[in-house]
Amino acid sequence: MDATASCCAVDLARKAIMTDADIPDEIAIETLPLDAWHRARGGRMVPFAGYEMPVQYEGIMAEHLWVRESAGLFDVSHMGQLLFRSDEGADLVAALEAVLPADIAGLGEGKQRYSLLLAEDGGILDDLMVTRLPDANPFDIQGFYMVVNGATKIDDIAHLLEYLPDDIALNHMEDQALLALQGPKAVDALARLVPGVEALVFMTAGAFEWNGVPLWISRSGYTGEDGFEISVPAENVEALATALAAEPEVKPIGLGARDSLRLEAGLPLYGHDLDPETTPIQADLGFALSKRRREAGDFMGAARILAERETGAIVKRVGLLVAGRQPVREGAAVLDAQGSEVGRVTSGGFAPSVGAPIAMAYVPTALAVPGTTIQLAQRGKVHQATVTTMPFIPHRYVRAGGK
Amino acid sequence: MSRYFTEDHEWVDVDGDVGIVGITEYAQSQLGDIVFVDVPEEGKELAKGDEAAVVESVKAASDVYSPVSGTVIDGNAALADTPGLVNEDPEGDGWFFKLTLSDADELNELMDEVAYQAFVAKL
Repeated sequence: MDATASCCAVDLARKAIMTDADIPDEIAIETLPLDAWHRARGGRMVPFAGYEMPVQYEGIMAEHLWVRESAGLFDVSHMGQLLFRSDEGADLVAALEAVLPADIAGLGEGKQRYSLLLAEDGGILDDLMVTRLPDANPFDIQGFYMVVNGATKIDDIAHLLEYLPDDIALNHMEDQALLALQGPKAVDALARLVPGVEALVFMTAGAFEWNGVPLWISRSGYTGEDGFEISVPAENVEALATALAAEPEVKPIGLGARDSLRLEAGLPLYGHDLDPETTPIQADLGFALSKRRREAGDFMGAARILAERETGAIVKRVGLLVAGRQPVREGAAVLDAQGSEVGRVTSGGFAPSVGAPIAMAYVPTALAVPGTTIQLAQRGKVHQATVTTMPFIPHRYVRAGGK
Repeated sequence: MSRYFTEDHEWVDVDGDVGIVGITEYAQSQLGDIVFVDVPEEGKELAKGDEAAVVESVKAASDVYSPVSGTVIDGNAALADTPGLVNEDPEGDGWFFKLTLSDADELNELMDEVAYQAFVAKL
């Protein structure tokens, strides 16, 4: 038996990965602050984004379903946590708007926004969350907090340093860990330890404290469920993770379920569904282009992106319901009626809450209409699939104004 | 009846010239939740080491190789609707296919239970 394809590095698949990576100048795999904690709880560790991370504990299916019905604790400390501070008089808002297509000027204190790091040609260099810090925050600065992807954080920082004026200070907080607590009961578990978090709504954040430890908590996540992301000093993360996991609603969850949960939620994964060849319009992320910025046309890549928005991109990211039971995974070809390859599956797998295989793919815009039947080819076998609106499982965010 | 094992984590039970093939407990535990199994059809000729079946877990697709040469006489139809049988009972109800062996000497190249357990212990 031999692994031929993999959505997220497993042990059998890992052997192949390790072999592939067995080149002389391989970058050393680092460990995260919770490494021993994961191992002690039976986490099966695999290399991911340059770190040893848990792909699963008891099993992806059970972990996935647990998050949808209760609450799961994810270690996402591999992600990059950045602070932006302006020295006396520097225009930090203008500096960030030069690299992001978001309305940063209109972003209120404690408000979080999904945004994109764009190249000059409109390609996506990363997707991220940015928050304007209120005066009271654990980082003791006035400015902005940003979370970027782990695999891209070093390149992101290089890009930002190239484009930010010299009087803007960028701090990569390498001594700060990040936990995500996700699921309908996340609020119950977290509010017991950190009273007050229940007052946050989706895409807002604030400063909290737990046993004297300063926390920066946002109500957001990557599962489609209600939940929180908790930034905590690395030296305190083990105690906090232990306290959270001791709550009856909470189990630790690995990367495998994180991937299947975000796929069901229709959320793209950078490096798979998004890359520098892809624009926000192709990726169906037009909502990340703030109205004021679109009208001004003053963001990186605006010429190409706004033209695509007007006339339509050639290809578009869509959701697919795959017929039958066999998963169709990243790399499978999308075929047109004549059998020619016209697109690619960028994420795919068995969806535990849907109970069937699902996928994301880039298809020609003419085929991107929900209900369109397309064919997928994987390892010499053709699969039928139907274009569908995403998310596959409805989001259950707790928004301002109740629901 | 004797059971033999491969380094690729297949097992074959041999009774006369008929073999039953599946994947081992170790293999299913490494794969995790199995969501799809494609077994070979009756009449298919397999050489030792040929790709005989496909097993897909939530995380990965894997090929299952035939431990011996022969002709398939039955595939486990229950796996089409209940692929999780491979997780629950990999060395029993979760079998993949039956075949008639064309060269019983090939069995000498496989491991017995003791040798296989020693092999797994080193992984």
